[in-house]
Amino acid sequence: MTYRLRSSRRALLQGAAAAGLAAGLPLGAARAQGPALKIGVILPRSGYLAQAGQSCQRGVDIAPQVLSDLGHRVEVVSVDFESNVDLARTQAEKLIADGANVLVGAFDSGGTSAIAQVCEQKAVPLVINVAAAPQITEQGFKYVFRNFPTSVMLVRNGLSLMKEMFKATNVTPKSGIFIHANDTFGQANRGAIDRLFPTLDMPFKLVDAIAYDPRAQDLSVEVTKCKASGADFVIVTTRAGDAIRLIREMVKQRYEPKGIVSPGSPGMYDQEFYDGLGGYSDYTITNLPWPNFNAPITKRLGEAFAKRFPQARFGVDAFNVGFTFEAMLVAADAAKRAGSRDSRAIAEALRSTDIADHVMTGGTISFDAKGQNNNIASATVQNLKKTPTVVLPREAAQAKPVFPMPGWRGRQA
Amino acid sequence: MTVYLDIVASGVLTGLVYGLMALGLSVIFGVVRVVNFAHGELTVAAMYMAWVMAGSLGVDPILTLPLIAAALFAIGYALQRHLVEPFIGRPEHEQFMLLLAVSIIVLNGLLLVFGPDARHVAVDYAYDSFELGPMLLDTVRVYAAAAAMVLALGLYLFFRFTDLGTAIRACADNLLGAQVVGLDVRRLYALTFGLGCALVGASGTLMVLMRDATPILAVQLTLLAFIVVIIGGLGSMAGALVGGVLIGVSEALAGFLLMPSLKSLFSYGLLILVLLLRPEGLMGRRA
Amino acid sequence: MTARNLLLGLLAVLIAAPAVIGAYPLAVLILVLHYAYLGIAWNVMMGFAGLLSLGHALYVGLGAYVAAALYASFGLPALLGAIPAAIVATLAGLGIGALGFRFRVNGVYFALLTIAFAEFTRILFDHMGWTGGSSGFFLPVEHGQLNPIALRGPPVLFYYVALVMTAGAFVLARSLMRSRLGYAWLAIREDPDSAAASGVDVFRARMAAVAVSSALTSLGGVFYAFYYNNMYPEQIFSMARSIEIILAPIIGGLGTLFGPVLGSFVLTLLGEGTTGLLEHFGWAAPGAKQVIYGLALLVIVMVQPAGLWPWLAKRLRIGRDG
Repeated sequence: MTYRLRSSRRALLQGAAAAGLAAGLPLGAARAQGPALKIGVILPRSGYLAQAGQSCQRGVDIAPQVLSDLGHRVEVVSVDFESNVDLARTQAEKLIADGANVLVGAFDSGGTSAIAQVCEQKAVPLVINVAAAPQITEQGFKYVFRNFPTSVMLVRNGLSLMKEMFKATNVTPKSGIFIHANDTFGQANRGAIDRLFPTLDMPFKLVDAIAYDPRAQDLSVEVTKCKASGADFVIVTTRAGDAIRLIREMVKQRYEPKGIVSPGSPGMYDQEFYDGLGGYSDYTITNLPWPNFNAPITKRLGEAFAKRFPQARFGVDAFNVGFTFEAMLVAADAAKRAGSRDSRAIAEALRSTDIADHVMTGGTISFDAKGQNNNIASATVQNLKKTPTVVLPREAAQAKPVFPMPGWRGRQA
Repeated sequence: MTVYLDIVASGVLTGLVYGLMALGLSVIFGVVRVVNFAHGELTVAAMYMAWVMAGSLGVDPILTLPLIAAALFAIGYALQRHLVEPFIGRPEHEQFMLLLAVSIIVLNGLLLVFGPDARHVAVDYAYDSFELGPMLLDTVRVYAAAAAMVLALGLYLFFRFTDLGTAIRACADNLLGAQVVGLDVRRLYALTFGLGCALVGASGTLMVLMRDATPILAVQLTLLAFIVVIIGGLGSMAGALVGGVLIGVSEALAGFLLMPSLKSLFSYGLLILVLLLRPEGLMGRRA
Repeated sequence: MTARNLLLGLLAVLIAAPAVIGAYPLAVLILVLHYAYLGIAWNVMMGFAGLLSLGHALYVGLGAYVAAALYASFGLPALLGAIPAAIVATLAGLGIGALGFRFRVNGVYFALLTIAFAEFTRILFDHMGWTGGSSGFFLPVEHGQLNPIALRGPPVLFYYVALVMTAGAFVLARSLMRSRLGYAWLAIREDPDSAAASGVDVFRARMAAVAVSSALTSLGGVFYAFYYNNMYPEQIFSMARSIEIILAPIIGGLGTLFGPVLGSFVLTLLGEGTTGLLEHFGWAAPGAKQVIYGLALLVIVMVQPAGLWPWLAKRLRIGRDG
């Protein structure tokens, strides 16, 4: 879809009037002189990543207005790469040829790497919204900036939050099992767990690690295997719909571990997870970066989201929307500091990014020499009443963690 | 030891469900000899129909099964009459292209209409299990497995004991002979395609109790159905079930003893062996 | 107009193209040439010898992984790495071919056999730790380098490499088509039994087709590896890629020399054009483009099941050797 017309009109007319009043920012800021910064966004909105791609896109759709309230004028051109790496590359070329000053994308590590090649050639910065493969910032790109944790960071934060939860609830499991989708993200997590688990002094032992095919028709053997291991704590890395099948199978086989925790994978905080499992979705936990709902900018983003997508829930899309919006914020901020829409100037400005007020948990947004933001923190997000709820760290908590989780009996689908 | 009982039992159940998914393909492939590459897409379309009807009528999807099967029959009949028929007897790659185009249209049409989120039908027995001694048998899968056997038996009886079924079999066994004795092959093919699609409708309706409907599911379903049908034997209803069970059990055992992510490696290995050593399939007749 | 003039004209246009077109059309053209090349390679098996392979992603993947691994581990330039890559892929192809032909696996069954081997290999690579398994294999990115031997350089380099590959494959296919072997393939394609009866060694001729096709395809994989600098088993060995490879030659015209090239042009431009049009009118809902693409395929295959080239050749009065 082309947002050219709609978003700029929105920014000029509505933006200033509606949401801008909320925080009392200077209304004139959005009307700065000169053409707006042109951000090209590439996401997989069809194909096998469609669900996540469309979730991210909701962040793109509300960004121009929210950014305009913050005094950034942007014009957004969105394209769909259909979960196809070949297309990711040509679409990136197309966006740049159409005059995009900076690119944002692409949810998937494969697509992101393909786009990065183009950006590197054209000296156009790419700000990654979501993509965790550690290699992307190790390949030697100079124009790639990632405001998203690598799988190693995710796992490290995820494991230490588990320890924190055991401390907070005074309950520690005896043995854990790790079950993961054998895809790009799952295997990267596996590598990180193998490396980090022994070094982090975890209070339980890991008895086994199980890889499964996320496209498998049913996951009954997988769960039987978990159950047979006797583990009372399950660490999962799922992809999307497989999370539903996994939990459903646990219920059916009456396997009741003390906790089911993901170190940052998608799946257990998607709307389809709540729709598919009802009450059985409750008490599962994902340790991942999450919006800081106390931040004014997050509130504003949430309001814009509610207005634009009344049928969706910001609390559910928050992760994808938050990171996608932040990537656009990072780009707009750099352009503003550079005082230019020149791609190289923006890239230079990106290297000295220092944004304190932003959406997601963690310290200021800044990038190291490799273009990686190392200040992203994770939160423990537990599903309570079919809503992802921050339960740790304490300062951001919306509720107390429930651990061990109650059994399956007595719950309603 | 009980864990092995559990594994095998769940492998058998899963396998029968695989067989159910493949029945429609087996009928079409076995008689019309057309590679229905849109098999999975049609199955997912049936799942969405079940989801829509369960949502709007508020009834158990199983009750809507005859309706959906009838709708799919009509679709299949029309598909054969208007699209596939001119391609009968044409080279395989042309048939393949035709059905590939159909599958692309159906899959993305579903994405366009329903979006990418998995759609779920809630029934109150979704999480129930039968207890059989120390074993737990998933209620939904038991229902689907039973349906698979009933449908397979029904098809067997249909092909063996009705005039229409015998005529269809005659087309499959000896097309020229069938034409010589004056059978209306075009009509019979359309009926067969319709019947195969009706089975797809039935399996889709039952599938939605186990798996949430989402467009991309289709690709996996097509491949899996092909494996089951080839291993079991073309046009053999019992073969589809046997093929399904063989894959279900071997996947379950491989998943348990080795690594679940290697499960489909074994199905493909099995497929390769059968293609090489017994291309007519385990229950198929030698051509 | 003769085929020769058309060919030389097209080649001249393609050689000159980078000088006048922008980066985006260039990227699209690279894709067009890449799939034209793969289409020619696949066409040797299916179009010439009548062997339906639905698993050609296997050879793309093997070529890509072998050349990339040799470059990453030993710094072996792509041009040299292409040799072991082609050898590995050819051996794989010959193995599958030998099994299939010895056990008389024909038609759709042969196609399923090729799918099974491609998927089998995909799952193996998903579990192979030293090439990164499913988390992918990455090549380092070089800056401002121009080294054609190692396939390191800007898109223009890849464009000309793709052009040379496509032209080379075209010439090779043309000479094969007119060779003894080519006639043997033709005889086998039309009727294997009578070909055998008239003294053609069917097994050897088929194995030759598989060898040529898999070797050529693997070189396309080498190109892929160095153009994208990263590969994942799930994408490179995927069934979707195998299908994409066969679309161009079938739509363009099976068994013709121009078919794969024409098909690749038509399909890629159809895809990009539809995207552009839908965006222009603001109808670009996810999935809409693919529905239109599917409808276009449907229409082409119903109206011109033998492909677009034979039809176009007749219009342009070009002889059948085109």
